[in-house]
Amino acid sequence: MTHVLSAHAFELKNTNVFYGDKLAVKDVNMTIQRQKITAFIGPSGCGKSTVLRSLNRMNDLIPGARVTGGVHFNQQDLYAPNIDAVEVRRRIGMVFQKPNPFPKSIYDNVAYGPRLLGVRNRRMLDEIVESSLKRAYLWDEVKNDLKKSGFALSGGQQQRLCIARTIAVEPEVILMDEPCSALDPIATQAIEELMKELVKQYTIVIVTHNMQQAQRVSDFTAFFSIRKEEETGGKEKRWGVLIEFNPTEKLFATPDHEETERYIRGEFG
Amino acid sequence: MTDRDTGILRDEAQFKRGLVARQFRGTLWKRFFALSTLIAIAALIALFFNVANRAFGYVISEYEPDISAVVETGDVRTLTNDQLARLIATYAENRLRVIIRNNLSVVANDQFTTAPLSVALAGSTFPAEWNDLTINDLEAAAWTQIISTNLSHERLVEIVLTDIVDETIHETFMFSESLFESERIQTLAAETYPHATLYFRTWIDWNFITNPGSSDPTQAGIRTALLGSLWVIAITILFAFPIGVGAALYLEEYAADTPLNRLIETNIRNLAGVPSIIYGLLGLAIFVRTLSALTSGAWFGITDSNGRTILSAGLTMGLLILPVIIINSQEALRAVPFSIREGSYGLGATKWQTIWRNVLPAALPGILTGTILGVSRAIGETAPLIIVGASTTILSNSPPDPNSPFSAFTAIPLQIYQWTARPQDEFKTIAAAAILVLLVVLISLNATAIILRQRFRRSLSA
Repeated sequence: MTHVLSAHAFELKNTNVFYGDKLAVKDVNMTIQRQKITAFIGPSGCGKSTVLRSLNRMNDLIPGARVTGGVHFNQQDLYAPNIDAVEVRRRIGMVFQKPNPFPKSIYDNVAYGPRLLGVRNRRMLDEIVESSLKRAYLWDEVKNDLKKSGFALSGGQQQRLCIARTIAVEPEVILMDEPCSALDPIATQAIEELMKELVKQYTIVIVTHNMQQAQRVSDFTAFFSIRKEEETGGKEKRWGVLIEFNPTEKLFATPDHEETERYIRGEFG
Repeated sequence: MTDRDTGILRDEAQFKRGLVARQFRGTLWKRFFALSTLIAIAALIALFFNVANRAFGYVISEYEPDISAVVETGDVRTLTNDQLARLIATYAENRLRVIIRNNLSVVANDQFTTAPLSVALAGSTFPAEWNDLTINDLEAAAWTQIISTNLSHERLVEIVLTDIVDETIHETFMFSESLFESERIQTLAAETYPHATLYFRTWIDWNFITNPGSSDPTQAGIRTALLGSLWVIAITILFAFPIGVGAALYLEEYAADTPLNRLIETNIRNLAGVPSIIYGLLGLAIFVRTLSALTSGAWFGITDSNGRTILSAGLTMGLLILPVIIINSQEALRAVPFSIREGSYGLGATKWQTIWRNVLPAALPGILTGTILGVSRAIGETAPLIIVGASTTILSNSPPDPNSPFSAFTAIPLQIYQWTARPQDEFKTIAAAAILVLLVVLISLNATAIILRQRFRRSLSA
């Protein structure tokens, strides 16, 4: 992958995502800015998670999933035949909805990524673990319990552990798929503050159901919605579309589209 | 009408009656479950008691010849070397030279009678004037002197007990009889066998574990069969564990969900229910016959063997438990949450790294459970062993203990089967002792696997 640093990290041009024959998201066009937080909002089933997962080829894990059009990262098509999904995911990390620490110790959770890349040196691993946990604001809480299982932590700590684990492989982008939906308000606040710190170094894309959260943390917001079409035989075809992509302040204050305005006022559907 | 009006809530009295009925149904089921557990436990206790009952108890035994005349204390162990040697000379004068040859000779058997003693018995102690004589130039008194001075006390006692004195057991009694009817047994012994002694015999003891098979039930032991079983199980595990886990990994992690693969999975499940004797026939055709060059060890330079070896039996048992291991390993792999795989891929792990570092360790406790189930089945199996040609009895002199995968062998279940088929009571008793040994082997193997499993589980969670 080439490293041409332009202002935008991702560029999606007429991107479609399919699951088998079924169209899930249609014609997405957007550019995601480097070192900014971009939030994806929209009703359930609008395809915002699907688009997020197409950004680091996580969709490849689902049999039959397919992306057409382009998903460009640093001007490089991520779906070009010469690109290995393993490398894509190492550069574009992901934090999931439900905290999913590995059934290993806290130390081994964070060291997992560097070890995948072949780091064996104990001192180097120690350093990576410490600095990653510090950047995830977890170090002070766990520095004496690094041997303990990741499961021994609270939900919010587990999610910060997963963030530390992601940082440890030094990605350029962190994708977050509803990272706070399983957490209480205090843990949510901790994660949001962490995001604001991390964005100084990383590009962050977050999917959220919580519009206040999008308003609080993000610089840009993309609003997705659902399109339906009656098929013969009474069946209904649904797919997601990107309605509006704007700076967060503008999108929530003076949205370009009426549909966006209805959604943020809570008048959807 | 009134019910409908008040929605789903009924009037108070009706609700109370309904509640009592609902609680009662729950109690009934609970009783039924408790009863089921009780029946299972009772069956286990009955089984264990039935076996243990035979393995301990009074025996009426008599030594032939009766050495109590010679040995006042009745215990040959109290005699000196000299007395023991003379005892042997008295009852088995013609065996003295054989005893010397087997224990002291340093030359080949065909030269023993012609070589001078200084050569044939180099290293042993005897008067210097015999140096140039051969063993046949001497007489019984000299032979007696040689064994008395050169053999250890333990060895002489052993020779007396095995070669000279023969214990004949007239009757055996079960543990329950010995406990509750000891008076009747004592009178019976005194009246019917006035010269015999009555003593409490523990049939399962260290000698029983270490003695090889024998046609004499008082001397017969389980060693050969125990070693045979352990060899077979070791090969079974070495063969079935990696292949079973490998197949499960392929089916669960790599193979696409196609009709063909589903058909394969269904068939593996069916294979788990195929009677073991059919696996025996398969093993006979494949391992004993077709691959006899491998299983007899011919490829490894072993010439005096055929395909009916430990290797054949172990591979056959491996085939038998393969479906069990595959199915259980698949279940264990399936139980590893997708979120863990996702997390691993999200960090840039390859498929193999994800499987090796995350999925397999998380599934290992379940995989081990499946292996325990399979191995437990294999230990007790008899039919396939008979078909692939395990020897039913191996006596002390003909082929010795199994010492390589290419040895002929017998196994504990076969030994039990063979012993119970004999008419004498004593063989039924040692069969019970062998069952206890089998149970102990089974329990210790399972315990090892359970400890391993717990260790992995602990390292995963706490």
